[in-house]
Amino acid sequence: MALTVFKKPEAMSKNITHYCPGCTHGVIHRLVAEALDELGLRERTVGIAPVGCAVLAYNYFTVDFQEAAHGRAPAMATGLKRTRPDLIVFTYQGDGDLASIGTAEIIHAANRGEKITVIFVNNAIYGMTGGQLAPTTMPGQVTTTSPQGRNVAEMGYPLRVADMLATLRTPAYIARTAVHTPQMVVQAKQCIKRAFDYQARGVCFSLVEVLSTCPTNWGIAPVESTAWLEQNMAPYFPIREYKRPEEA
Amino acid sequence: MGERLLMKGNEAIGEAAILAGCRAYFCYPITPQTEVAEYLARRMPEVGGVFLQGESEVAVGYMLFGAAAGGSKVFTTSSSPGVSLLAEAMSYLAAAELPVVIGNVMRNGPGLGGILPAQADYFQATKGGGHGDYRCLVLAPASVQEAVDMMLLAFAKAEEYRVPVLLLADGMIGQMMEPVEFPVFAEPPSRYTSGHEEWATTGARGRGQHLVKTLFLNPDAAWAHNLKLKAKYDRIEANEVRYEAVDTQGEMDVLIVSFGTMARVCRTAMETLQDKGLKVGMIRPISLYPFPAQAIREAASRSRLVVSVELSMGQMVEDVDRAVQGKAPVRWYGKAGGLVPVPDDVSAAILGMVEG
Repeated sequence: MALTVFKKPEAMSKNITHYCPGCTHGVIHRLVAEALDELGLRERTVGIAPVGCAVLAYNYFTVDFQEAAHGRAPAMATGLKRTRPDLIVFTYQGDGDLASIGTAEIIHAANRGEKITVIFVNNAIYGMTGGQLAPTTMPGQVTTTSPQGRNVAEMGYPLRVADMLATLRTPAYIARTAVHTPQMVVQAKQCIKRAFDYQARGVCFSLVEVLSTCPTNWGIAPVESTAWLEQNMAPYFPIREYKRPEEA
Repeated sequence: MGERLLMKGNEAIGEAAILAGCRAYFCYPITPQTEVAEYLARRMPEVGGVFLQGESEVAVGYMLFGAAAGGSKVFTTSSSPGVSLLAEAMSYLAAAELPVVIGNVMRNGPGLGGILPAQADYFQATKGGGHGDYRCLVLAPASVQEAVDMMLLAFAKAEEYRVPVLLLADGMIGQMMEPVEFPVFAEPPSRYTSGHEEWATTGARGRGQHLVKTLFLNPDAAWAHNLKLKAKYDRIEANEVRYEAVDTQGEMDVLIVSFGTMARVCRTAMETLQDKGLKVGMIRPISLYPFPAQAIREAASRSRLVVSVELSMGQMVEDVDRAVQGKAPVRWYGKAGGLVPVPDDVSAAILGMVEG
């Protein structure tokens, strides 16, 4: 008897992604889809796509989607969830979208305790526009708009979003995870599933920050990128659960 | 009709939204529209609706988007500087063909300007405000009663065409109290947009994905989308022109074109001018987009002079001039900065033009 050991999640479409080789968006998409499948949420979920590399995220899911303007996904999720409280609503945002142009929207959605889930993909750079300085770019990191490397005297230090939002009293679940090793993929899956599960149970705002690689714009090979993340990003962006509903 | 009430314009606008079936209102405080927000902060919970004060008008614009794309009737109000911030979302709302109603209780500008009435957002309302080729149906009330009636029309037309509809009221309409009657419906309108089941994001249960988006990277697809929007705007231009014509029969010495509060001042000024023996008519555009160009052109062809009277430094006059097509000289009179001309100011200015 044939035993199925691996299959495409129902919440994922058959489309081949447009992401670059070595990019971890595809892994994170799959984890979201697996979580929705396993929690039985697919048919009542609506995703909000950002502006950035994941602008076309809706091509890879079989759930309903809205496409936001740059940084505004949490506001759209707010409008939808408030008027359709039975839906499961999530935003999927990168670091330029969420941590730069969308800071007001993410802070206030978190602080109001919107019953939404935010998947925040932090790869320390602007991907879609071709490798510019992000609020999360590491000190000394070369980008097309910081050709001498990020000079913290002029550009400040990288913004730690999970840490910052964890200072707010209202949000229920704030975690940072990563997908650069198989072990971390397993852990990231747990965090993402937990975040959706909390929403399904009516608990307020949940956010999972996922450290991600961008070999194309970092200018290094995919395997070296995972090492670069481990050596440079992981020490500065602690991988941990900052806030659980029990503590909220 | 129901009982006759004395109500402030802003509060009547809020109640009219509820009457239209709207159960979702997102807002940010700004004078002189804040009473709409204060009124609906009390009323929306009473009728089981959503009231939410957002962190900015920028965010409010996308709260409208999210809710409208979920099939709900949604509403916001703001005033001039706030509408500049909403303008980003208005481009997206129009591109995504979402039915929403937005009220602008105009104050004077530019910049922070002041909190007194003005009509200086005419260009912004009728020519865009946000980026790209899009239009909003723009309705301009001249009384509190008309604002109420227009709110019902606004929600109906937003649904019919799936466009943002802009209620362009000057600060005077929002702030003054007038008698008003609300229509009584045998069956209350739904809180959801009719036909939204075909396109709204409500969960892909037993069907394929619904997607509400504005990105068209393929130029052929983007061109097709622009053509689709254009066809809709052409239908609006053909079917939704609204205006009031006063004393425009026969030959005229002066044809006034004026809207909103300014048109009411012009009505009194007309009497003064008519007492002096002048034949004066007026066309009051009720829809600013689509603009009643044909009616103005026809009336202008029987007038020696056309005057656009506005609470701005001369914005609608450009559309009037374009409508008249040289059939009569076109002049502008107005005040800005929150000053509202009294009838004698208007009649004196027009008399000066006629005699000059």
